[in-house]
Amino acid sequence: MTGSNGHGATLAEKLLARAGGLDHVVPGQIVEGKVDLAMMHEQGAQTVAPFHQMGAERVWDPDRVVIAIDHWVPASTEGAAVLHRILRKFAAETHLPHFYDVGNHGICHQILAENGWVVPGDLAVGTDSHTNMLGAMGAFAAGVGPTEMAAVLALGQLWLKVPPTLQVRVRGRFGKGVTAKDLVLRILGEVKTTGATYKAVEFSGPTIAGLSMPERFTICNMTTEMGAKAGMVAPDQTTYDYLAPIAKHPMHPVQPDADAAYERRVDIDVDGMPPMVACPYSPDNVRPLPDVVREHVKVDQVFLGSCTNARIEDLREGAALMKGQRVAPGVRFIVSPASTKIYQQCLDEGIIQTFTEAGAVFTNSSCSACFGGNMGILAPEEVCASSSNRNFPGRMGAKQARIYLLSPAATVAAAIRGELADPREMM
Amino acid sequence: MKDVIEGRVWVLGDDVDTDGIIGGKYLTIIDPDELKKHVFEIALPEFADGARPGDLIVAGENFGCGSSREHAPQAMRAIGVGAVVADSFARIFYRNAINLGIPTIEARGVRALFEKGDTARIEMRAGRVTNLRSGAAVRFPPLPQHLLELLEVGGLVEKVRLELEHRKAAAGAVP
Repeated sequence: MTGSNGHGATLAEKLLARAGGLDHVVPGQIVEGKVDLAMMHEQGAQTVAPFHQMGAERVWDPDRVVIAIDHWVPASTEGAAVLHRILRKFAAETHLPHFYDVGNHGICHQILAENGWVVPGDLAVGTDSHTNMLGAMGAFAAGVGPTEMAAVLALGQLWLKVPPTLQVRVRGRFGKGVTAKDLVLRILGEVKTTGATYKAVEFSGPTIAGLSMPERFTICNMTTEMGAKAGMVAPDQTTYDYLAPIAKHPMHPVQPDADAAYERRVDIDVDGMPPMVACPYSPDNVRPLPDVVREHVKVDQVFLGSCTNARIEDLREGAALMKGQRVAPGVRFIVSPASTKIYQQCLDEGIIQTFTEAGAVFTNSSCSACFGGNMGILAPEEVCASSSNRNFPGRMGAKQARIYLLSPAATVAAAIRGELADPREMM
Repeated sequence: MKDVIEGRVWVLGDDVDTDGIIGGKYLTIIDPDELKKHVFEIALPEFADGARPGDLIVAGENFGCGSSREHAPQAMRAIGVGAVVADSFARIFYRNAINLGIPTIEARGVRALFEKGDTARIEMRAGRVTNLRSGAAVRFPPLPQHLLELLEVGGLVEKVRLELEHRKAAAGAVP
């Protein structure tokens, strides 16, 4: 784990140089970055007041703004209904055409991904912390708060301090039943929740090159849990093939220099790596799943969902394990696809039937149980196995509830056994 | 923003996350006066009832980690938190707090110097936090100029308002 002494630019530095209209930037430098895509979800409702207080009269570029409501869809409380109404009114008044409203909705990051709103070279900002996920496109994508977003809507730019880069190089082949989620949990176990604070995380190496876009979304998504400002993968043919039919604006890909100067380097070999689990109460409290399985951790609820792991590939994998099995007595199994489009695919492929016949509840697309404010809320002392991204105290409801973060396959294994289980034993 | 800030201190540990500052169930609340009733409900349950305007937060590593919710610093501003000093911050919280005009200071070693109820003096430009009970002090690199300016005008809303006014005036000046 040493830094490189090269003089070249990392991917993050290339991206921020482009956003700032500069030839070259160095870590610590402040850049005024032009924004290629701005995304708001419900938290964007809090953008409206500061936008008006700033005296802004128009949005800098309505075609570069996406609104995607996802936390409470359809509105589950009066408060949420008000947030939605504020956003609809704002979109109408400022002529924002790209509003993914109820019926055409999904988790904001998935909406950006599956509709090609972020492309290689972009600087993207969103009002959700997991905006990092879109760095998988070879872009610089970061979360911001709503007041910051108001400034972005008004000016089309924001200041960014160029972060140093942590390079994570991955080699080896996943064994059966081991996934990109297990990889990112393993990395979190090493890097910890503060290991990338203010930094960019750049993933590379032969294993990363072999990952599909959905798998890259999963690993970039959880760089947020490492404290990172952004997580990213340099664009390659996989990126271009994914985006070719859907890209909303022209790509301007950049690559890191071969002699880029990384602040730190972490090397991971996934050969022989078992499935992993993040135990309460932190995403970096990571252990090999088989060790925890031996402790017979009984579960009350299982959640297969969230921006981290509710794409069609995740749900197919889960359904393949679920088929012909039953959800264990006393276990509530909630499955929530990441978008309406994925919901429709599940309908077409019989995935909804597989889950519901097994005794799971297959919900409308939303953030669902992940954040403890909408549905699937945990009571004190309850235990949940979840494919989501955070297990802090109170994250999914009661402070005393215990959340274990797992791959999609491992959540299904837990739903079948009624306790944490190794999905490889069921394949 | 005052150059010297003094206040009574509340102390928190490491990795205070945004769920601990304001839980997910309160995220549909827009009214700051409503929000402030629930501030630190999980991380420091006695705070909301016991806090006085001008009180200071001293915390350990990675303060404000987790989500991008601005509700966290909003609730702290609404209850009148005078400044937040921590060993380190999570980046979105740090940015959100400064954007809202809350003096937010990263001072390595600060957590170890304070106990609940101590009084702290923060010298923004000199870059020093002192415990007025024990006399112990820790230095910190003063905020960069552009962030000091942001705090001086009262936060990002005011800064952008001035910028837009300036642009409008410049456009109007063209004959």
